[in-house]
Parts: sequence; structure tokens; C-alpha cells
Amino acid sequence: MIENIRAAYVIARRDFTAIIFSKSFFFFLLGPLFPLAIGLAAGSLGAQVSEDIDQPVIGVALERGESAKLVKARSALARNLGSGSLPELIILNDVSPADPDIKDRLNSGPRPLTAILSGSLEAPNLTGSQRDVKRWSGKVALLAETALSAPQPVMVEVDFVAETDSSEKRAQLGIAQGGQVILILLTMILAGMVLSNLVEEKTNKIIEILAAAIPMDAIFLGKLFAMLGMALVGITVWSSLGFIGVSVMNAGIPDLPAPAVGWPLFSVLMVLYFSMAYLLLGSLFLGIGAMATTVREVQTLSMPVTMGQLLVFFLAATSVTKLGEPIEWFAVIFPFSSPFAMIARAAQMDNIWQHGLALAWQGLFTLIIIRFSVILFRRNVMKSGSGARKKNLFARMRG
Amino acid sequence: MTSSIPGDFPVIDHQYAIEARNIVKRFDGETAVDGIDLTIKRGSIFGILGPNGAGKTTMLRMLLGIIDPDEGERFLLGSPNPISKSHQVGYLPEERGLYQSMKAYDAIAFMGALRGLPLATGRRRGRQMMEDHGLGRAADKQIRQLSKGMAQTVQLLGTIVHQPELIILDEPFSGLDALNQGKLERLIRAQADNGVTVIFSTHVIAHAERLCEEIAIVANGKIPFTGKVSTARDRLPPQVTLETRNLNGPWRAAIPADCQPLGHNWSFTLPESGVEPLLRALIEGDAGIESLSIERPGLHDAFVHIAGEAVANKMAQDTAGNGEAA
Repeated sequence: MIENIRAAYVIARRDFTAIIFSKSFFFFLLGPLFPLAIGLAAGSLGAQVSEDIDQPVIGVALERGESAKLVKARSALARNLGSGSLPELIILNDVSPADPDIKDRLNSGPRPLTAILSGSLEAPNLTGSQRDVKRWSGKVALLAETALSAPQPVMVEVDFVAETDSSEKRAQLGIAQGGQVILILLTMILAGMVLSNLVEEKTNKIIEILAAAIPMDAIFLGKLFAMLGMALVGITVWSSLGFIGVSVMNAGIPDLPAPAVGWPLFSVLMVLYFSMAYLLLGSLFLGIGAMATTVREVQTLSMPVTMGQLLVFFLAATSVTKLGEPIEWFAVIFPFSSPFAMIARAAQMDNIWQHGLALAWQGLFTLIIIRFSVILFRRNVMKSGSGARKKNLFARMRG
Repeated sequence: MTSSIPGDFPVIDHQYAIEARNIVKRFDGETAVDGIDLTIKRGSIFGILGPNGAGKTTMLRMLLGIIDPDEGERFLLGSPNPISKSHQVGYLPEERGLYQSMKAYDAIAFMGALRGLPLATGRRRGRQMMEDHGLGRAADKQIRQLSKGMAQTVQLLGTIVHQPELIILDEPFSGLDALNQGKLERLIRAQADNGVTVIFSTHVIAHAERLCEEIAIVANGKIPFTGKVSTARDRLPPQVTLETRNLNGPWRAAIPADCQPLGHNWSFTLPESGVEPLLRALIEGDAGIESLSIERPGLHDAFVHIAGEAVANKMAQDTAGNGEAA
């Protein structure tokens, strides 16, 4: 066992350094940055448009005279600060400044309100979700001070509206779907590369040297982990650049709703489930690719392999809204969809033990696929064992 | 005597580097290796002689554990699981292969690392070995930048960098010019002098004749002969070449009746009675001996005798076809 791991490490080290220190790896790293740059530019434009369209609206439930002063103050400030930097104000004539059910008014009007300002200009009260209230209380204080021409700062009282269960679940569902999309995209981009991984060894006749020196399982395992290492280097570079980009553009990390297991554990599980998805699909692709004798055969295989990945993704995506239902359980247990289904669970369910079990199951199945691939490779390519055939799989398919 | 390593196969301690018992390999119903029995002693240079397609490479691949036999069993350095002994074995396959983008000394180190040698040690030894073989300036070049001969030397050095106790070379002389063949012969002898067992396959009889203490002749998937080179040659009686002043006399009764002179020269197989009765008859019968030589047949003649004319002709064609020096 230890010798197998040592041998796999020798293969992984050779492959990893050969890839990382090649000129083509630089272009590999740059590859996703082009669509990302376009996406960011488009996103920036979209965000601007969105900001214009979705300008926050604050309902004003003050005495009539104070409301008028506030609107006038907004107009004055908008001339200097720009209208976009201030919330839109809507006078709520039918709401009393001391209404005890002011929270209910947030969603009862014809337009959804970001928050409601009640009380008085000297002692304003802002009611809304924690995030919105924190964001806009400063601007509201500024409006009140301007309206009063007050020499002293106005203190805004805040009243938070708790997130409802449904909104939390909606947010977590969004994280589940987002996590799945990221995992499947990364897996689709990176795991397919494993298909051609043994072609170099076969065309250069190196396979004979490897097969005589170390167990075939170690060769497969080493190649798989080298490619996983390369993929993780790429992901680290891309996510670091993405993190920096988002931080710079948003002047800080955006305040996102939390997945059920919390962001730190969710991030760790993203890495682990990506690794497992990569190892599972990669081991399968390595096994299939190992049967191919030429690059052309590998290219021919790419399309059905991509289709297979899409089917797995559809299965996982379908199950994301059906927690606990048979189809979701099937997606959790079926090894190839399991990482995607489990990351969706991490976003929506807070029990942790199931992830240990799932990771162990996925790891075990990876080893089973590698073993099976090695048996096929030895029989069909190396022509070993009593079941050996002279023609390889493709030769037989061609007749 | 047997012992076992936890989690490993039982190991049989004995004097043989290789032992094969009735190993059979078929590809698509065709028998490539047909019930071969072979034992190779430790510390010898052993040649496997036969034409292309005789089953030499398939046999070596089974002995090394690259492929499994359909029938029979084999032991490499006493183990039925050859891969478990890979740290003590060096193997140069017939089809040479190296990673093209690797530097030469790194390729040597990588081959050593596959067989348990620490990478740093392999790199140090790789550089030194290349220096020793006059390739020091090519150590930092990529394999794709080397000539074919240089790349073959790099692979050979990679085969022995971890200082194995058993070296198996499949057609090592193939593709080498006469100069490099000479270098390779010296390297094989040097390894054997250090107690290393060297096994190589070849279809060039001269290499086996010059280097090997023992050989196995492989033909049509079988081994019709295995043993010492001298034993193979002893299968044929010595040849007599005689020049006489006289063409007739009582001495003629001592040579085969069907032997006809070419001028005053005679060539015939030494009679079973041996040298002394022949010599006595020639002198006493007044043959007038001008010259006389009695030579043991070469390995080529022995090969033809053992494997048959057709196999020998096939091997001669292989040699000629590859343009190889003998």
C-alpha cells in the first residue's frame, strides 16, 4: 500500500511539474479570465442598470409638514450628491407616525418598500431588514439633519424585521444552485482533460517502462492526482483573482446570505466535493481514455463524455428543490451526482455528519473505478491475463 | 525455504534470478508463448536468442509482470509477483520511450524514482553517469534535442541508475551503430563483473556468442534449447579442414567416404572415433599433411542445428533488415 502511494506520488510529481512548468499552462490559467473579464464588464454595466432600476424606496410615515421638509431636503441634497446616491422617498399618508404595526406595512403597499421611516425628524425610526437598515440609516440621518437644519447630529432609531423562513430558504436554495453550477462548470472544464492523459505514455512507449516498474493502479492514481493538483492550482488562481476583483468593485466583501452549514464549512466542502467530483469523473474518463490509442479517438470520445456530464448535472439540479424525496436520495447515492447533490444539501441542511459519509462513499467508488479501469486497460491495451484480447476496444468496435 | 512479507506474496529464496514453469500466452487464440520452462541463475549473462516474432518479448513481459501468463507460473528474484521486486530490477524495453520534454539527467532520475531511488540521488547519479559516458554536455538538454543514439544511451543509464541486481534488456543492440554496440557490450560486462545478473534478448547470434555464458533459443513460442553456449556448440561434432600433398592412399579410409577434395583440400566432420585415430591414420597412411585444423562449430551452426534452417534464415533476414552489425 505504502509502495503504491509512493509510486503514485512519483507519477503525480512528474505529471504535475510537467504541466505546471509548461508554457501552455499559462494559457490554461488565462483561458477562463477572458470570459470572466467580459462577464465582469457586462456585470458592471448590469449592476449600474440594476441600481438605476432598483433604487431603494423608503416609505415616509411622518407628520405631513415633516414629510414635506424631508422631501425638500432630499431635492436639495440630490443636487450636490446626485439622485442615485439617495433613496427614493414615498409619503405614506395612510400610515401614522406612531403606527404599532409598521412592520406589516413594508410589503402591504403597491410598491415593496426597502424600509419605513416613522416617528419624527428629531427622533426618526427606521424599520426594515437588518441589511437594508444598516445600509440606509446614515443617509436617512443626513436627510433629517438637512430637513431640520440641525446643528447636532440626528440619531436614527432602528427596528429590524427578522428574515422570514421562506426568504432564508430562498437564499439557501440560491446558494445550493449556485454551488452546483460552479462545481459542474469546473468539473466539465477540467475533468475532460483527463481523457487524453495516457495518450502521451502510449504514443511515446513510456507505458512499458511504467508498467514494468510500478502497479498500474499507482499509474492511474498518480495521473489523476496530478490533474487534480493542476485543477486546484487553476481554481486557486481564478478564485483569488475573482475575490480581489469583487472586493475592489464592491469596496469590500458583499454581505451574502449564509448557507445552512455556514460559509467557512461550505467553502471547505466546495473544495472537497469538487475534488471528489473531479476524481470520480476523472477516473472514469481516464479509464475510457486509456482504451483509446490515438488523439483522434480521444477527441471522438469528448462529446459523449460531455453529454454524460450534463445528464449528471441535470439529475443533481432537478433534485435540489426536492430535499428528502426519492430523486434527491438517488442523486445523493449515485456516485457521479453525489458531490453535486451533497453541496446542495450543505447549503440547505445543517447536519454535518452526512458529508463525512458521502465523502467516504465517493472516495471508495473512485478506487473501485480505478481498479476496474486498470483491469480493462491491462486486458485490452496491455493484453494481459486470460481474458486478454488482441484487438483493443475500439478495434473491436470497428470490427 | 520460503518466507513471507506481510501483505505481500510468499518469497522463495533460491539461486535463480528467474524461474518459469510451463508459461503460456495466447493472443486471440494464437499461441505466442507455448509452455516455456526456464531457469536463469543469479550472477550470469544470459542471452535469449531467436528471430523477431519468436515470443522473446512476450516471454520477458510475462517474466517482468507487465502481463500475466494465461497458464503456468513465474518467479522473479524468487517472487511470484514480479512488480514487488521492481526496485531490484532494471528493464530496457524493445520499444524505447522517454518523455520528450524532460531533461536527460531528469529522465534518468525519473526512471530511478519509479524503482525506488530518491529523486535527488537519481539526479546526481544521472549527471555523473552521463559524464562517464561522454554525454556530460547533453545532461541538461531535453530528450527531444538528443540524437537517437544519445536518447537510447540515456534510457539505458536510466535502466541501471538504481543499481539493480537484475537487468533485463530487450533487443538492446537494436538500432545502435557498431561503436555504440561495443560500448553496450562493455557496459553489460561491467555490470556482470559487479555480480549483476544480465538477461538480454537478441536476434544477432554474435552478441550472444561474445557475451553470454548461457543462452535460451526461442523459436515459435518454445525453447528448444537452454544451457551453456559451449553445450549448444557441442551438439555438433567438430569440423576438420585438411590439406594433403597426396590425394590417395590407405589414409583415405580414415575420412568419410563421401568427402571429396577441393584441389588438395578436404573438409569433413570429425569421425566419432576422435582426433587421435584420425591423426594416426593420416601419418601412417602417408597423406602428406600440409595443414590440419579441427574447429568446434560456431553458435550459428548450433542454432541452425537446434532451431532449424527456416528459423535461422528468418533471423538472418531480421539482422540484415535492421542493418545491424554483428
